[in-house]
Formats: sequence, C-alpha cells, structure tokens
Amino acid sequence: MPVLGSGLTWNVVDDVRQLLEFHFMVNAYRAGTVVAVAAAIIGWFMVLRAQGFVGHTLSLVAFPGAAAATLIGISAAWGYYGVSLAAALVIAAIPRTHGHSFSEESAVVGTVQAFALGCGFLFVTLYHGLLSGTTSLLFGSFLGVTDGQVVTLLAVASVALVALGAIARPLLFATIDPDVAAARGVPVRLLSVAFLALLAVAVAQASQITGVLLVFALLVVPPATAQAVTSRPVLGVALSVAIGLVVTWVGLALAYFYDRPVGFCITTLAFGLYLVAHAARRIARHVRDLRLAA
Amino acid sequence: MLSLRDAAVRLGSRTVWSGVTLDVDAGEFVAVLGPNGVGKSTLLKTILGLVPLSAGEIRVGGRAPRHGSHDIGYLPQRRSFDASARVRGVDVVRLGLDGDHWGLPLPGWLAPGARRATRRVAELVELVEADAFATRPIGSLSGGEQQRLLIAQALARRPSLLLLDEPLDSLDLPNQASIAALLARICRTERVTVLIVAHDVNPILSYLDRVVYFASGRAATGTPDEVITSETLTALYGSPIEVLYTSDGSPVVVGHTDGASYHPGLHAGHEHHLHG
Repeated sequence: MPVLGSGLTWNVVDDVRQLLEFHFMVNAYRAGTVVAVAAAIIGWFMVLRAQGFVGHTLSLVAFPGAAAATLIGISAAWGYYGVSLAAALVIAAIPRTHGHSFSEESAVVGTVQAFALGCGFLFVTLYHGLLSGTTSLLFGSFLGVTDGQVVTLLAVASVALVALGAIARPLLFATIDPDVAAARGVPVRLLSVAFLALLAVAVAQASQITGVLLVFALLVVPPATAQAVTSRPVLGVALSVAIGLVVTWVGLALAYFYDRPVGFCITTLAFGLYLVAHAARRIARHVRDLRLAA
Repeated sequence: MLSLRDAAVRLGSRTVWSGVTLDVDAGEFVAVLGPNGVGKSTLLKTILGLVPLSAGEIRVGGRAPRHGSHDIGYLPQRRSFDASARVRGVDVVRLGLDGDHWGLPLPGWLAPGARRATRRVAELVELVEADAFATRPIGSLSGGEQQRLLIAQALARRPSLLLLDEPLDSLDLPNQASIAALLARICRTERVTVLIVAHDVNPILSYLDRVVYFASGRAATGTPDEVITSETLTALYGSPIEVLYTSDGSPVVVGHTDGASYHPGLHAGHEHHLHG
C-alpha cells in the first residue's frame, strides 16, 4: 500500500484518482456517503427535538451490542442494529407524564447507559481476540467495509429515510407543538416511538464508520450547524446533508493521505465547520445591528 | 354553535363539574372564568373531544365532539417556545394548515395546493399583524409575538370555533390589551366564535358577549352586565370583590383580601389538571 499516509499532492484529479484506486477506499466512500446522508437528515429532527442525550445513549449501547455480536461470532452490524433498536424501544416504553418533559427520561436513560457500557467492556474482555477491535468499535474504522455491508447500509438507510419522509410533517408538528398536534389528531406518542426507532437505525449505521463515541460528528454537528445558519426546515435539512457529506468525504481523504484515525479527521472538520457557522451568524447579526443603527 | 345540557365530567374518581348547561351562539366572544382547578381547561378538552362527558349531552356545531375536528381551532395553555427552537414563525403557522398530513409536501412549482397553502399562510400572518417578525425563528420572538403566530396557526383551517386556554397569561399589560383586541377583531371580522379561558377578566372585559363562570363544581352563564357585578363575583369567589368603573366607563374587577388589592383568580402557579 504505497500511498497510504503519503500526503496530498494538492492536484485534485490526481488525489481523487489515488483515493479511489483501492476497492476498500471506494467502499469506505460508499458507506460513508450513505451513513452521512441518513445521519444528517435523522439528526436534524433529533437536534430539533432536543433528544441528543437519547441519541448518545443509543450509540453507547451499540458498543456492548457490537462487542457481544463479535463474541458470539456474528457480524458486528447485527449487534449495532439489534441492540440500538431494542434500547430505543425500552426508552420509548418509559412512561412520560407530560408531552415534552425529558427529565425523567434522562435519569432512566443515564442509568441504562452506564450499565450498557459496563457490559460492553465485559464482552470485550471476554473476547480474547484483538484489542484493536475495541478501538475501532469505539472510535471507528473505514478499513474493510465489504460490498455486502455497503448494500446492507444502503438498504436500511433507504427504508429509514422513506419512513421518515412519510411521517415528516406530523413529526415536525408533534415536535414543535405536541399539545396542538394531539388536538388535531396527530398520534404524538406513536410518532415519538417511531422516531426513536429511526434514530436507533441512524446511530447503528453511523457507529460502523465513526465508532460509537464519535457518532455525534455525523448525527449532531451537521444538523446543529445547519440550524445555526437557517431556520427554514427544508433548507436546513438540505444544508445538514451537504455538511455531512463534505465532512465525511474530506475526512476520509485526510485519514487516507495522512494515515490518521478517520474518527479524528471527521470530528475535527465537523467541529471546525460548526465554529465557522456560529462565527458567521454572530458577524451577520452584528452587521445587521450596525446597519439598523446607521 | 355550542351547547351543553346538564353535562358532567369525571376524572378518575373526582367529579370535576356537573349539571353544566350552556349555550353559545355563532360569532360570540365568550370568557370562561373561575378560580384555579375548577375545570375550565377541562371544558375545552370536552369540546375538543379529548375528555368524554360522564353525564349529559354536548353538541358542537350541532354534532357530538370529534377528536381532530377541522372546525375547531385550539390554543393550549403554554409558557413559550424554547429559545433554541430554530423554526420560523411561518412554519409554525403552516403546521396549522397541513401539519397533520402524512408524506412530504410538494414544492410550490409542482403543486397548486402548495401555492394555495403559502398564500393562506401569508394571509394569516397579515391578519394577526405578524408581518414584521413571522420569518424569524419562533424561539427568538417575544411572548406576544409568539401568541399572535399561534392564533394564526389555530385559524389556519377557518374554524368556526376558536378555543384559547389562558392566552393572555405571562404577557405584559400592553400585550394583554393588544392580543385581547386582536381576538375581538378576529371574532367579528372572521365570524369565529371565540371561547377564552382566563384568570384575569380585565383585559377582555369590554369585548365580552357572554361570561361562563365555574365555581365549586357548577357553572353559570350570563351577559357581562349580569355577571360582572360586585354581588355576583363576591358570591362566586367567596371573597370580597368590587367592580369599579374607569374614567372611560369600562368596568375593572378588583378583589380585596386584608386590604390588599388583587385580581380574582390571579394566583401564582397553574392549574394542576391541565395536561390530564
């Protein structure tokens, strides 16, 4: 592998050709693209619903899921999807007194989260194989994504996004205005369960690229950046996808050329964009105030 | 428009109110008054079909209440939107129009329905005089501005009945007056029956056609002249209350406890059964 870590030549055509020379890199790009799009769209709703903590927990429980799957000798993907979805249903089952109060939720969710992490560590210890497996479960890896995995990711993401499209409007209504939505006959509770399931899918997918600890780089940062820039829903979702894609594509390239962990590259880019967006918003507001004052 | 005959509601083992008889005509501006916890909000939920009657009969527009009816606009009690809610005011208004539809909306250049929706939203924004701030994020708006947009949202499908639960709560005095005036104007120009649950009767007093008051499990109705008198209100609240007249002749309700002046029913805190 002569080019890995050889650095950019800054000739874009050459760099891209080099980047896609190996099949594992092509697959990394395919998988990264699918994951980035799904995470950016589902994450947009998560940020709006202020369910970041739940999303975080779903990703952390994916760790013991994947570790257990590896331990019993099945694909880690099963662990990610299965356990995240199961955790989403458990969280959905927590009775909530009022429409929008998540305080009770956070206590239960936090408890489950700690227990899940402990279990994950146990499974990893029981699995006497390679320790580096833990690192990639936690911090992600783009090496060795198979064609089959790409197909699975694409299929699952497509189903999830079609489902989200079907419930998008009532979900937005239930998110912003649960009481009025309920009075209008929107099934608020059912939508919240459905969204948790979709969130679990997005988390399980993103975990396979960024690792469970860095899922937020794709699930939170692009939507949060987009929402800092615009409060138009459609534009916000589109911008979120664009940011997710740029971050993933450039992040993968940097990881490849400079031989740095992909998780680090993606999170750093995402963090940088987030800062830029907020700075730009500050400046824009300042300029507007100045103009109003003048 | 709205009628209740000998109606009663039970929540769990508690009878909230019973023997309530009420008739509201189309286009009336009606206040529902009474101390905390007497079931004023429960009345709204009954009309919405969210809480069933345990006895008696209720007709809304001549029919039994239906959950999710287009004919009723509803503004629940709330404090405000989260300051970080990054959705525009016009989006919130739009949700009142088609927020309960499944599937994605088509863009305006593809669907005439979408263009109609956009026009209706603009019309509503103008109606509630929200042009100046309707495209700003809802969380960044003041309580009065948010309330205007929510009224627009509730009116989106041209309901014939508008239910508002404490819409003046947590607004400052000038905003209370301007929202009350807005509601009275909408009631007349849009021919909407407005039913408003209120703690403090003063901001809406001059617009009222009818008053419903709840006390100790019963309700009585009348015109403001019949109800807004020192004798009736004192009997109703069980503490001395005076109706005074300002220099322009409009009545003001003032309560006395140990010499201190307060608004009847304007106690701290919110009714505990609101979300029941």
